[in-house]
Amino acid sequence: MCGISGILNLKNPAPISTDHLKRMTYALHHRGPDETGAYVDDWVGLAQSRLSIIDLSSGSQPIHNEDKSLWIVFNGEIFNYPEIRESLIRLRHKFYTTTDTEVILHLYEEKKEKCLDELNGQFAFVIWDSVKKEFFAARDRVGILPFFYKIENEKLLFASEAKAIIEISDSQTTFDPIGLDQIFTFWTNLPGRTAFNNINELAPGHCLKFSPGKEISVSRYWSLPYNKSLLAEEKSIPEFTSEISELMKDSIRIRLRADVPVGSYLSGGLDSSGITAFVKNYFNNELRTFGITFQEESFDESEFQNLMINHLNTNHSEVHATNEDIGKYFSDIVYYGEKPIIRAAPVPLFLLSKKVREEGYKVVLTGEGADEIFGGYNIFKETKVRKFWSVDPASQLRPKLLQKLYPYIFKDKRLAQTLQAFFKLGIEDPNNSFFSHIVRWNNNTRLKNFFSNDLKEQIGDYNAYDDLKSILPKDFDNWDYVYKAQYLEIITFMSGYLLSSQGDRMAMANSVELRVPYLDHRIIEYMATVPSRFKIRGLNEKYLLKKVFNDLLPQRIVNRPKNPYRAPIRNSFLNNKSLDLKTILSEKKISYAGVFDPDKVNLLMKKAERTEALSELDNMALAGIISTQFLHNDFINHKKLDVPDNYRFNTFIDKRNQIN
Amino acid sequence: MSVSINYSEVVKEFIVDNFLFGDGAKITNDTPLLEKGIIDSTGVLELVAFIEDNFKVTVKDEELVQENFSSLIAIEKFLQSKNNKTASN
Repeated sequence: MCGISGILNLKNPAPISTDHLKRMTYALHHRGPDETGAYVDDWVGLAQSRLSIIDLSSGSQPIHNEDKSLWIVFNGEIFNYPEIRESLIRLRHKFYTTTDTEVILHLYEEKKEKCLDELNGQFAFVIWDSVKKEFFAARDRVGILPFFYKIENEKLLFASEAKAIIEISDSQTTFDPIGLDQIFTFWTNLPGRTAFNNINELAPGHCLKFSPGKEISVSRYWSLPYNKSLLAEEKSIPEFTSEISELMKDSIRIRLRADVPVGSYLSGGLDSSGITAFVKNYFNNELRTFGITFQEESFDESEFQNLMINHLNTNHSEVHATNEDIGKYFSDIVYYGEKPIIRAAPVPLFLLSKKVREEGYKVVLTGEGADEIFGGYNIFKETKVRKFWSVDPASQLRPKLLQKLYPYIFKDKRLAQTLQAFFKLGIEDPNNSFFSHIVRWNNNTRLKNFFSNDLKEQIGDYNAYDDLKSILPKDFDNWDYVYKAQYLEIITFMSGYLLSSQGDRMAMANSVELRVPYLDHRIIEYMATVPSRFKIRGLNEKYLLKKVFNDLLPQRIVNRPKNPYRAPIRNSFLNNKSLDLKTILSEKKISYAGVFDPDKVNLLMKKAERTEALSELDNMALAGIISTQFLHNDFINHKKLDVPDNYRFNTFIDKRNQIN
Repeated sequence: MSVSINYSEVVKEFIVDNFLFGDGAKITNDTPLLEKGIIDSTGVLELVAFIEDNFKVTVKDEELVQENFSSLIAIEKFLQSKNNKTASN
C-alpha cells in the first residue's frame, strides 16, 4: 500500500514544481516509508511513496508500459492480478516487474476505463497517457482506499490524503460549513465532499478523466447492486450457506497473496473470528493475530478473544487501551483521519496498527464490512422492529418488541414510555427513504445546537437529508426495507467512517495495510440477491454468516449477541494529563476556530466535569468539538512541513521540455 | 380451497436456533413453549415478527394470546386458520 499524489496542468503545459511534489510525498511518508518515486513532464507530475508488499525488489513506481507512453502511480492491491496477468501475456503484453501495478497499466491499454470491471481489490490510482495527454484516476468500488483532489489556478492537485494538497495549496484552507453539517448528521460526509472547502474526495466506485481542451469528468463505474429479479427466493438455507462459504474462502485466498507475511485482527466477535478460523483451517496454520483489550471493563472483549486464541492456537499479540492513552492519542487520530469525529473508537485501532508494525507485520486481514453486507447492526434490527410496529401503529403490544433490542434501557418503566415515543418517529411512513435511519440521524442533529451562530448562518437552509435523497437510486423507495437500511449504512457510515476513520487512516498512520475479505465485490453482489429475511432471521443478525462459521467456531462465539465496538470518551478525555482541555476548549480557541458557540462548549465541559455518566449525545458532542478544534489547528492553522534539505525521490523520471 | 402449508418445521427451526441455540432435542410438537420458559412475552413478539416476515400474514393484538402460541401444534393451527381466512377472503 502506498501514498500517491501529484499535479496536473489543466490549460497549458507549465512547469511542475519538484519541490511541491516532494512536499506532497513527504506529507504522505507514513503511507509509504519504504521508497519514493516521481514522474514529471510538462503536463503532469506523479509522485508516490511506497510500502513494499508485492515485488519488493523491482516494483518501484511510477511504472510504465512497453513504450513508456503510459505511466501509473498506484495505491492499493489488485488481488486477482496473477490471473489478469496471464491473460495479458497471452495478448503479448510484456512485463518488466511482477507487480499488480503493472497489470493495471496493461489492462488499461487493452480496455481503457472498462479495466475497472475486472479489478478485484482495493485501490486508488492515476494513469497518465503522455502521448494522448489523457489523465485517468479511479477509486475502488466501496472506498476502501482514499483519493482527494482540488482544482486551483488551472491545476488539479490530487493525493491519497488531503494533507498533501493542503501542504502545497496556494489558497488558505477553510472549513466547509456544508461538510460540517453533514458530519454532525451522518458522522461523515456524503460521497464526494470533505470537511474542507474546495477539497473533494473521489466518491467510491467513481473515476475521473481529463484531457486538455475538455472539462474534467467524474463518472460512476460501479454501484451497489440491486435488482429485484435477482432475488434468489428459491434457494434453501444450506444452499446459501455453501455458496457464501465458497465465496468467502476464495476472497480470503486471494487476499493472502503478498510477498510479506499477512496477519489478522482478532477481536473476539464473529466477523474477525470467522476470517481467522478460515485462514487457519484452509490456508495458514502459523497465523499471527492481533487484538485490543480495554482498561474499562464494559468495553473489553478479552474473554472472547482468549477463547478464540485458545480455540485456534494462534500466535497472538494485544494492545491494552487505557483511558489515558485514548485521550493522549486522540489528536493523532484526528491528524490522520482529517475529519471531525464523534467517537473515540479509532484510537485503539491506531494503537493496534502501531503494535502490528512493531511486530514486523505490514499487512492484516480485518472483519470490516460484515455487519453492513450480512446484516449485523442493531440499526437493521431496530428497523425490523419499527417496521413490525408500523403494521399497526396503535398496537399496545408491538412496540414492546423494542425491549428485546434494548433490554437494559427499557427496564425503567417511566423511561420506557419516553423511549417508545423516541422510536415512534416516522412509524406511520414505513416506505420513507430514511425510515431506518431517521431516529438516529435526528438524534445526531442535536449536536448542531453547539454550532456558532456564524456557522449556522453559513449553513443557511441547507438540508442534508434532501442532499442524500438526491443521490439515491430512482426506485429506492420501493426496495426491501432492510436492504434500504443496508444501502444507507454502506454509503454513509461504512465508506465514510468505518473504512476511513477506523480503517485505512488508522492503519496507514503506522504504515500497515488492511485487507477486508467481506468487501470482495463478488460477496457484496451475491448478498444483494439474498432476501433480507434470511440475512436477519427474526431478530437473529448475520444468520447466514453464523451458519457459515458454525462448525469452525466455538458455539459461544457464534451465539453471542453482537457487541458494538466502542471506546470510552468522557473518561478518557477528562483528567487526562496529556490533554489540556482547559486550553483546547478555551473561549479564545473556540471563538478563533469559529465553529462552535463558546458558551455552550463551556457549559458542556462543566457538565462533563461533574457528571461521570454523561449521556451518549453529550459524549459525542465532546468528541466532535475536541476533534474539530484539533482539525482547525492541524489544517486551517496549517504550518508548512519542515522537509529535510536532503529529501530526494529514490526514482525520478524527468520528461520535461519534451513537447511532442 | 386453501393451500396447506406446513408451518411447524420452519417455526421449529426458528425456535431452536433462536431460543434454544441449536438444542433441538428439547422440543417436540406439543412442548409447552411458554410454560417451559422457552419463549417469554418478548419472545412471542419476536416469533410473530418472524412469522409476519416469512409467511405474509398479519397478527392482530387480540390474536396475541397464549393459546395461539402455546406449542408448535397451536402455532400451526393458528397459522392454518389465518391462511384459511386469507384464502377465503
